[in-house]
Amino acid sequence: MAEPTQVKDPISGFDYLSAPNQKLQRDEFANPGYFRVDSGKTLFNDASQGNACGDCHDAATMKDVTLKYPRHDAEADRLVNLSQQINECRVERQNREALEPESEEMLSLTAYLGNLSRGRTIDVTVTEETRPFFEQGREFYYRRRGQLNLSCAHCHEQSAGKRLRGEVISEGHSNGYPAYRHIWEALGSLHRMFQWCNEAVRAQPFDKGSEEYINLEYYLKWRGNGLTVETPAVRR
Amino acid sequence: MDRLKPRVKIPESAKPDEVMEIRTMISHPMETGYRRNTRGEIIPRHIIDRFTCEYAGQMVFEAKLGPGIAANPYLSFYVKAVSTGPMTLTWHDDRGESQQVVKQVNVEL
Repeated sequence: MAEPTQVKDPISGFDYLSAPNQKLQRDEFANPGYFRVDSGKTLFNDASQGNACGDCHDAATMKDVTLKYPRHDAEADRLVNLSQQINECRVERQNREALEPESEEMLSLTAYLGNLSRGRTIDVTVTEETRPFFEQGREFYYRRRGQLNLSCAHCHEQSAGKRLRGEVISEGHSNGYPAYRHIWEALGSLHRMFQWCNEAVRAQPFDKGSEEYINLEYYLKWRGNGLTVETPAVRR
Repeated sequence: MDRLKPRVKIPESAKPDEVMEIRTMISHPMETGYRRNTRGEIIPRHIIDRFTCEYAGQMVFEAKLGPGIAANPYLSFYVKAVSTGPMTLTWHDDRGESQQVVKQVNVEL
């Protein structure tokens, strides 16, 4: 494959929202994603089971943490996303149990950390080490799948801006996740969204936290270079 | 009830007779009781049916909510500042559970 071209002036999912939903996302009180941001902050500083996250990490210095994930883990030679990093910390340094990817606690922590980066610009540089995973993510993105035989690119690259029944297809960027989706009536992770998308083209979804999804997460983040973090975003 | 804390915005201090905007939102599914799950069984109704706000020794705002209200009900209303004291917000659901938030309002003369 030729060297991938960066999306020029990527359009955030925010720009595809109706005015009331844009207003809801901007409103730091009424945006329902902030329930999780609040509880994430409490969990971050919760020392009831031994040392809290906040005992080692100063939240004030973590404003660009979410921008750095998925990162390359040299020891295991794979990419690690933020949820897995949180679990690694919990098991190895906090002596706590690992959390399920879509558990309330995990969503709260990732929403809180994501919110710290709100407004920061995504700028992923693919390195020598991350190149193979990037390529796998890109391959996933362009691979046709499911009964409808569609790749991510068929909708989110070739048809972005066109209508699909009552909806306008977005460019499918990841800058707002974890995001509050109206159809879920809840905050959900990016991997939940991947599963939802895979099911929408009638494909068998992968597991949350699977290698396939983490590589895709990395590719998508690069694809959204230049966008700002909107966590917790509001989406349809 | 969901254990997430309700979100409440009340001015910490106000001048006498100032009209304060109170904003509240609670995390709740507001299940109507009309929907069915994938196996065709009715999902039991579970809604917040009453909200109250007490301030300065009296009920200043009360709302009755029905199954037509969407998940995570958001309510905002206006209260005139009269005296320093606690403002108590209570959400009651149809399973007899309730959640309460108490905030101090300081009225400066």
